[in-house]
Amino acid sequence: MASLKDIKRRIKSVKNTRQITKAMKMVSAAKLKRAQDEITAARPYAEKMLELIGSLASKASSDSHPLLENRGSAKIGLVLYTSDRGLCGGFNSQLLRTAERFIRENSSSEISLYLVGKRGAEYFKRRSFKILNARVIGGGRPGYGAAVEIANDVVGAYMNGELDEVHIIFSEFKSAMTQTPVTQKLLPVTAPGSTEKKEDGGQGEYLYEPSEGAVLASLLPKYVEVQAFRALLETSASEHGARMTSMDSASKNAGQMIGGLTLVYNRLRQAAITRELMEIIGGAEALK
Amino acid sequence: MAETILLEIVTPLRKLLSREVDEVTAPGRDGDFGVLAGHTPFLTTLRPGEIVYRKGSETGVLAVSGGYAEVLPDKTTILVDAAETDSEISTEAARTELQKAEDALKALSQEDPAYAQTIDKVEYAQAKLRVKERK
Repeated sequence: MASLKDIKRRIKSVKNTRQITKAMKMVSAAKLKRAQDEITAARPYAEKMLELIGSLASKASSDSHPLLENRGSAKIGLVLYTSDRGLCGGFNSQLLRTAERFIRENSSSEISLYLVGKRGAEYFKRRSFKILNARVIGGGRPGYGAAVEIANDVVGAYMNGELDEVHIIFSEFKSAMTQTPVTQKLLPVTAPGSTEKKEDGGQGEYLYEPSEGAVLASLLPKYVEVQAFRALLETSASEHGARMTSMDSASKNAGQMIGGLTLVYNRLRQAAITRELMEIIGGAEALK
Repeated sequence: MAETILLEIVTPLRKLLSREVDEVTAPGRDGDFGVLAGHTPFLTTLRPGEIVYRKGSETGVLAVSGGYAEVLPDKTTILVDAAETDSEISTEAARTELQKAEDALKALSQEDPAYAQTIDKVEYAQAKLRVKERK
């Protein structure tokens, strides 16, 4: 049986933990707000870009640019976004599970990984996979520059034939409570739902200026950048959301634990007092 | 057929503008072009410059950096890396930017891939100043 002192010590330590989790929750809430603003601001551009690429890819012939060309799927590149830090509930394990599933489903192809975020890098380093590159997100807010670097690496590897297909896995930010891992095909660029596009596509062919090739050559790499950037922002917002929720429940659990321990503590204290009283009374009786 | 076109200007950081307008003029890579309702589908890259739109007797002007424009009969979408409206531009900041970009340009050779980017920077800063001078 734990002594009164032991219990007191435990209560104190749990209280300290609760303070930390509470602080982390506050910090995440503030960061989440900012990340959320950023992602809502960036979504229109990314969606417009997707729309544009969609209508473009359904109209342009697949051999007009290397990034449109379908070369099969012998060598697949997988860009996996995770967070740098833990303590955010099941956030990273969800992403890693999704990646594992993807790898299993495509086991016939040679898969190389491009890992963004420390957690994913640490996880896959211990396993035998071909790792193309691993980078950390770093502190502060995710910048467009980082997305450009990721996009350049991936497009470079794709252009010189190291990869035939590139997929990305990131966490889509729905709300602070829900984040869903998403697998998306990045390269080659294909029209999303190209069949239905053609039906309402009474728009006919585009006029291109300066030329179809020039427009595609500048637009397609841009598209990859934008997608990489969006994934970065979505993942970052999701991470903060996940951390906030998990820290909130951790604080709640700590509170519950403190309640329980305090109850035990009081009961023990009361028992000790009663016992002491009994002893005194017993002693007084004996003296009579 | 619609009388007006929906003009949307978006940058990676925000949606700058979304409204019905009568006419848009934008700086295409091969020269400025104007768009009225019912334009044929058209896709172009943009160089840094000014975008002017007109709705009735009201006109608006923005400085944009390079990007893309998609023109459809009833809609024009402009995707640019950066854009500022006349009220947002600070003449001072634009001057410093221009100065910096021009200095950087002198240090680069014409073959350097950064050369074209720096020229775009110069042009964007110049466009910002021009927008400011219109007022």
